[in-house]
Amino acid sequence: MANLNINFAGIRSPNPFWLASAPPSNSGAQIHRAFEAGWGGAVWKTIGPPVLNVSNRYGAWHHGGQRMLGINNVELISDRPLEVNLREMAEVKRAWPDRAVIASAMVESKPQAWHDIVRRIEDTGADGLELNYGCPHGMSERGMGSAVGQDPEYCREITSWVMNAARIPVIVKLTPNITNIVLPARAAIAGGANALSLINTINSIAAVDLDTFELTPSIGGKGGHGGYAGPAVKPIALNMLAALGGEGVTLPISGMGGITTWKDAAEFLLLGAGSLQVCTAVMHYGYRIVEDLCDGLSNWMDAKGFVTVADVVGKSLSRVSDFKDFDLSFRVVARIDTGKCIKCNLCYVACNDTAHQCIDLVNAAGQVVPPFAYDVRSNGKDESTATRPQTRVREDDCVGCRLCYNVCPVDNCIEMVEVPSGREPVTWDQLSTSNPEVTQDWEAMKAYREKMGIHVH
Amino acid sequence: MESKGLQEALPPLRAQEALVESNRCIFCYDAPCVHACPTHIDIPRFIKKISTENLKGAARTILEANLLGATCARVCPVQELCEGACVLGADHKPIAIGRLQRFAMDEVPDRGPAVIPIAPPSGYKVAVAGSGPAGLSCAGELAKRGHAVTVFEKRELAGGLSTYGIIGLREPVETSLDEARMIEGLGVRIETNSELGRDFGLPDLQGRFDAVFLSVGLGAIAEMKIAGEELIIDGLEYIEQSKMNGIAMRIGKKVTVIGAGNTAIDCATIAKRLGSGQVTMIYRRSAEEMTAYPHEYEFVKNEGVEFRFLTQPVKVLASAGQVTGLRCVRMELGAPDASGRRSAHPVAGSEFTLPADQVVKAVGQRQPWDELGLARSRGFIQVNEDFETSVPGIFAGGDCVRARGSASTVMAVQDGKLAAAAIHERITQGAN
Repeated sequence: MANLNINFAGIRSPNPFWLASAPPSNSGAQIHRAFEAGWGGAVWKTIGPPVLNVSNRYGAWHHGGQRMLGINNVELISDRPLEVNLREMAEVKRAWPDRAVIASAMVESKPQAWHDIVRRIEDTGADGLELNYGCPHGMSERGMGSAVGQDPEYCREITSWVMNAARIPVIVKLTPNITNIVLPARAAIAGGANALSLINTINSIAAVDLDTFELTPSIGGKGGHGGYAGPAVKPIALNMLAALGGEGVTLPISGMGGITTWKDAAEFLLLGAGSLQVCTAVMHYGYRIVEDLCDGLSNWMDAKGFVTVADVVGKSLSRVSDFKDFDLSFRVVARIDTGKCIKCNLCYVACNDTAHQCIDLVNAAGQVVPPFAYDVRSNGKDESTATRPQTRVREDDCVGCRLCYNVCPVDNCIEMVEVPSGREPVTWDQLSTSNPEVTQDWEAMKAYREKMGIHVH
Repeated sequence: MESKGLQEALPPLRAQEALVESNRCIFCYDAPCVHACPTHIDIPRFIKKISTENLKGAARTILEANLLGATCARVCPVQELCEGACVLGADHKPIAIGRLQRFAMDEVPDRGPAVIPIAPPSGYKVAVAGSGPAGLSCAGELAKRGHAVTVFEKRELAGGLSTYGIIGLREPVETSLDEARMIEGLGVRIETNSELGRDFGLPDLQGRFDAVFLSVGLGAIAEMKIAGEELIIDGLEYIEQSKMNGIAMRIGKKVTVIGAGNTAIDCATIAKRLGSGQVTMIYRRSAEEMTAYPHEYEFVKNEGVEFRFLTQPVKVLASAGQVTGLRCVRMELGAPDASGRRSAHPVAGSEFTLPADQVVKAVGQRQPWDELGLARSRGFIQVNEDFETSVPGIFAGGDCVRARGSASTVMAVQDGKLAAAAIHERITQGAN
């Protein structure tokens, strides 16, 4: 059994799974139940100045019968009185000394306001403090949340105010609603942060109602951008996480954004997350999902020979690179396992219409045939299935784009097989140095391709 | 066991069920289900339209290929056609194509010109004899092209076998009549109680119309030429009675059904569902050779119907005009005959009696009557690739031309569609 304990910037928890600062961590009673279910920690729903919420707060993106692949919200920070939250925070920490209880705060941009809140949070016995620089709606209109996260100087300054007062570890939560995540991250580091967390939610409009033409959700006929989260945002979160690792950020990073299964969790760990925060999946299915998050992660770690979570963290960062450093001579082609193929032809139409026209339909006699080649008077399951052509990749023409692999509905039916290109490894960066004219002039490129035997289809 | 009656066996899909099922379809390209469908409905396209809640578009997609989509959704042997070819069938469950098609049809009750575009009047007139699936399909397809079509139907109600000859638990009468009304909505005129050969002749039609399509179907159940045959009930009449007046229908306590095709299966099901204590199907060959589909065989076995294979009736036993039993002889199989199935021969001295108080026969229909003066092929009306008979301008389709292949509703619909295309070419180009 793998050891799931973590020590994240001095914050310890029995497993890496924390509730993200959000509706699931709105009250002591909820977090108490979450801890009973097995959550390793909880980042309390952000506390701060008085707010009033609106009714109708969530919009969702459903697709293909799957509910809530993405959810957006216009809910604000906690609308419960500060005193109530702080009292419950102290009670929960007392009841659960082994779990991580982390406060999240957002206050007016004045040193005194931050000093006061830091002191009051530390009085609860909380293990850490997360600074919410990410909330993209409502609070940002009041100069807080993402209004801070989007301005690196602001970000640095407020962090330094907090660090002057804080004795517990401080995590700065970054907004993804910026062009380069590295800039606010560096600002937070410059302000003295102990750790970072990302991503907060993404600016979004969930949907437009086709009957009323109003936005979804409609708040008395009006709607606006809200914070987007859920499975659909995971690739964006992974990229931002990797970007920090690639830029040499060594501070602990708490990863979040669409984590739904232990597999998602493992990917975040591999790209450098030292703890994991979950919201949407819990909002969809409840606290109980933590059981498989832990169980699945533990079994995977056992299978891979990892003993502790720390062993996993950042293991894939060395694989993160840039296009200019990719080997242009590396070659794969798609190969279809005819034993597994169900002949849906999705690879054929994807390749033919939108990729490189290198998948053929081949009949039983080995001849290439067009689609819809059957006689209009033939019918029946036997005739249909017996005469159905088989898809086959023309490997010489395949650029190895991997579109067919992605559209194939059968697991492991299409394999991307490495084949020798017959060329020495070379990157664009190297080529730009050794043959600069090739990277600047189409005629030179043409000559280079001919010389190297590179055929572009 | 409590009788489950003859109401439609499968309940309609609810909207949410249809949405979930339609999303399961993986949207194959040049899909095998489309090839397997005799009318080649673009099945993935209509299913995706259900998933996007474009039900009018789904209905139109179906009707473009098959005007009798509501009937076919119910009566097609989908296990042998579209669903049998579904790529998900091998590892999972095939998509419930038939039920999704029924959903799309039922959810768009107004399937007239609002869904199907109609060309301006062409001035040409076509007669169709018989309002079964082939006739209605041909009539509707011609009406779409702007031709004035009159359908002559000998019975009181339109629809042919869909109305009278298919067990209610697969297709209720109302579905068939609704569909006939839909075809009328496209501009087709249907004259019921109007029979070719009785009320008018082929020359009358040739004189009044630019082309004629014969979809007259087949006759009553064939004669078996055994003693007491007059006491045997015609299987098609048995089904008709169950649909038209099931409450008044007499059902025997011990019913024997002769035959093992689709109609025989329906008769046995009716007997069982309407209260018979014992229903036995007898067939002179074995289970291998019977023409009923495997799923039909499974279905009636689950209904509690018994089978006696390699059994041939030789005489109906009766007392005071009431059937008391059926004298039968055991059979053995020999070499394949003209139909490709193994022939059956009586075993000498193997006669026995099956007690029965009602005997129903469903051993295939009589071939169409021979009074039209048209060339025949194996007893059926002979047609060429364009469904044209030996007389130019007279076309035919459906069961009356089915010398080969299985007689089914969907095949008849496709005949009507292809014939309509050929008739259109003929009358608009004036080639003759």
